[in-house]
Amino acid sequence: MPSVILRAATPVLMVLLIIVSIYALLRGHHEPGGGFVGGLLIASAFSLHVLAYDVPSTRRLLRIAPHQLMALGLSIILLSGVIGLVAGGSFLEGLWATVPVPGLGEVAVGTPVLFDVGVYAAVMGMVLMIILMAAEMHS
Amino acid sequence: MLAWAVLSVFFGALLAPILHRVLGRPAGWLFAALPLGVLVSAAQLVPRLLVEGEAYHVSLPWVPSLGVELAVTLDGLSLVFLALICGIGALIVVYASKYLQSDPRLGRFYAYLLLFVGSMAGLVLADDVIVLFVCWELTSVSSFLLIAWDHERAAARTGALTALLVTGGGGLAMLAGFVLLVLSTGETQISRFAGGAVRDSPLYLPILLLVLAGAFTKSAQMPFSFWLPRAMEAPTPVSAYLHSATMVKAGVYLLARLHPTLGGTREWYLVVTVVGAATMVTGAVLAVTQKDLKRILAYSTVSVLGLLTMLLGIGTRAAISAAVVYLVAHSLYKGALFMTAGTLDHETGTRDVTRLRGLARRMPITATAAVLAAISSAGAPPLLGFLAKELFYEAVLASPSMVAILLVASVLSSALLVVVSVMVAYRPFFGGVPAAPTLPHEAPLSLWLGPSALAASSLVFGLSPQWLGDLPGAAATAILGRPAPLEMKVWHGVTPVLGLSVATLLVGVGLFRVLSGRQERLFDAATRLGAWGPTRVYDAAFAGLLRLAEWQTKRLQTGHLRHYLLVTVLTTVVLVGTPLLRSLPFSLSSSGIELPEIALASVILAAAVMATRSSSRLAVVAALGAIGVSVMLIYVIFSALDLALTQIMVEALTVVIFVLVLHHLPRFVRRSPARVWVPDAIVSVIFGATVTLLILMSSTLYPEPILSEFFVAKGYAEAHGRNIVNVILVDFRAMDTLGEATVLCVAGIGVHALLGTRMRKGA
Repeated sequence: MPSVILRAATPVLMVLLIIVSIYALLRGHHEPGGGFVGGLLIASAFSLHVLAYDVPSTRRLLRIAPHQLMALGLSIILLSGVIGLVAGGSFLEGLWATVPVPGLGEVAVGTPVLFDVGVYAAVMGMVLMIILMAAEMHS
Repeated sequence: MLAWAVLSVFFGALLAPILHRVLGRPAGWLFAALPLGVLVSAAQLVPRLLVEGEAYHVSLPWVPSLGVELAVTLDGLSLVFLALICGIGALIVVYASKYLQSDPRLGRFYAYLLLFVGSMAGLVLADDVIVLFVCWELTSVSSFLLIAWDHERAAARTGALTALLVTGGGGLAMLAGFVLLVLSTGETQISRFAGGAVRDSPLYLPILLLVLAGAFTKSAQMPFSFWLPRAMEAPTPVSAYLHSATMVKAGVYLLARLHPTLGGTREWYLVVTVVGAATMVTGAVLAVTQKDLKRILAYSTVSVLGLLTMLLGIGTRAAISAAVVYLVAHSLYKGALFMTAGTLDHETGTRDVTRLRGLARRMPITATAAVLAAISSAGAPPLLGFLAKELFYEAVLASPSMVAILLVASVLSSALLVVVSVMVAYRPFFGGVPAAPTLPHEAPLSLWLGPSALAASSLVFGLSPQWLGDLPGAAATAILGRPAPLEMKVWHGVTPVLGLSVATLLVGVGLFRVLSGRQERLFDAATRLGAWGPTRVYDAAFAGLLRLAEWQTKRLQTGHLRHYLLVTVLTTVVLVGTPLLRSLPFSLSSSGIELPEIALASVILAAAVMATRSSSRLAVVAALGAIGVSVMLIYVIFSALDLALTQIMVEALTVVIFVLVLHHLPRFVRRSPARVWVPDAIVSVIFGATVTLLILMSSTLYPEPILSEFFVAKGYAEAHGRNIVNVILVDFRAMDTLGEATVLCVAGIGVHALLGTRMRKGA
């Protein structure tokens, strides 16, 4: 039976970890971070939930199965590559554009960011798949 | 246009299973239209080709860095082959739609068959040796899939594997030959090869032998012919198509295509003619000893392939013309005979010639087709096979040397082929009361359309060879590299050649009378003798390979994790250590090591010792965690924040996994005895020393950070990112990252499978 303190702290910590993971993902192109670390961070957020509660409730919270996350991640990676191909360049060629976002000014978006999102999802799915299965063995 | 037509066949292959599911039976007719489309688009080019004598040629850049182009050429030679491939291909698709109609996997069968049609068409159109090689191997792969269609039978699997290993191995030899050919000419396009330069090159003999290895294995020449009868395990439409009309002729095509480049020398003449003649005779002898219709036809195909090879070896104008006409005649009649054999099998349930009798009245159309095809096969007038045989004898009589030997071999094998023709077309249909396991009805349209069409064309082209037009002449011209117009007549007076033809038929019918009662005994004798043939060598080599694989698997793949680690570590030490030792003596700089680094190194060492000495798993995990955190701090010192961040996350998640699985692991009952841990310790110390040396060396070898400067300079300018680690991962080396992400997911699936099995077992 996990401690009450852990159970109480988990929701707050999870929100923080998820925000940090998204932050790490998005800043990755210019500062330390990126899809891999971001994926590990969000996976750790859900791992915390597994430790504090149990596997079924984590699976419910996650909504999407880990193997589907992996597939989604790989598909996003492929998509980011195909965009470059369709746009007349080569597969996985980076394309950039600036989009005005209210409140943030001009924001640069590009296929490498999408690529990183794919890595993020794939890593998250892979780690969670192992941790959830290990936890199921545990219980 | 032509290239698009060929591509449409490949697309058809891709869509075949879906289309078949959606459209049902009529899909077969649709797929038959694809090869016909290729034929039509080629036919549009014919006037330009035959009248103006101008070969059609297009090329697209494919691998520009290697000078490889997707070059396509259509001359007389490729046109003849293309017509056979696509015409017979379409008939076979229709035939298969009925023959395999009860097979739930018919859609997949169409896919394999169309893949084969496309690769074969690509092969004969390719004007680039690399493109030709790719198509060549594609035909091997697709024929593997087709032969192994009934993959639940061991014989089908063996047959497919034998065909793949023999023809694929020959293909690799041919690739080596092509590489040498490209090296000695500086060209990859076949039409640009200069024959003289190649023949005078010191590499000529190796090139010739390697290319011939490819051609001979594909065309089932001696001693590689054993794969062809084994491939008869394929469904009959496949045998009819691949193993008589097309794939096996790829080798003959290659010989013809490279004749201007490699032909005309003493070596060529000797090797190609002798191997061809030997194959011709052995194939014919083995054919008459068989009982199974398909095997009889398979061996007689081997014989004709030998005959064609022999003619290409002789290489005179007469021989080349004869080869072209014989090629067409054989494809027509052998395709028809195979399909009628398949129909007999389909309708009666056996292919054993000793059990089939007098079925002509019950299957009149099939019988007519079979008889016509057999007359052509026997070389009797007025069918195309007769014209081919006349030209063949003419060429042999006029060959530059070895006339007597070649003539005897030719007459003997032709007479035996007459026996074969009587065996497959007379025996099952005529003579006595109908006999078969189940008495048949006439086959439906889709089953008799193919054989009838082919048999009828044998007749039409035999009666009026002018309908073939300038096609054989154009093909002979392409092979010879100089004009070789060809006149064909059914009747050309009483000549020595006609005498030979008549003698052949008489001897053949006589032989049939002699042999007909002795079928069983001949079969047994041939089976006993055959066990000593090249098959034996192949089987022994194959068994040896399996034993070798078994041995090394037992040695290397023990299933013990520590053993895998040991092998991996020792291999790395040897591979990395050898060049390191060779660069002795080297100077190592130890300057610049500061206090924090020394402190962290000491923590790592202490934790490592603790991890090996502790008797509690939790303590071991903690010690390993300490090592991980210290490594992370080292990354921080060298301002590799990305690595540090990743490292700490991995450490954290590893601890979580450890905690979850810890109590599933067995307890430490006792520590390893000294005879186990001492060698392990030695290996690990050597490994550590090697890696340390390597790292120290790498910093002395590259004093200036070339790569990082490049990425710092290009990172923002070209990839819009200031974090060069991320820029490398998602932009400069994005393909690698894609691969790694895939590996990661595959590893995840592997873990899932492993843990899943354990959980299902209730462990």
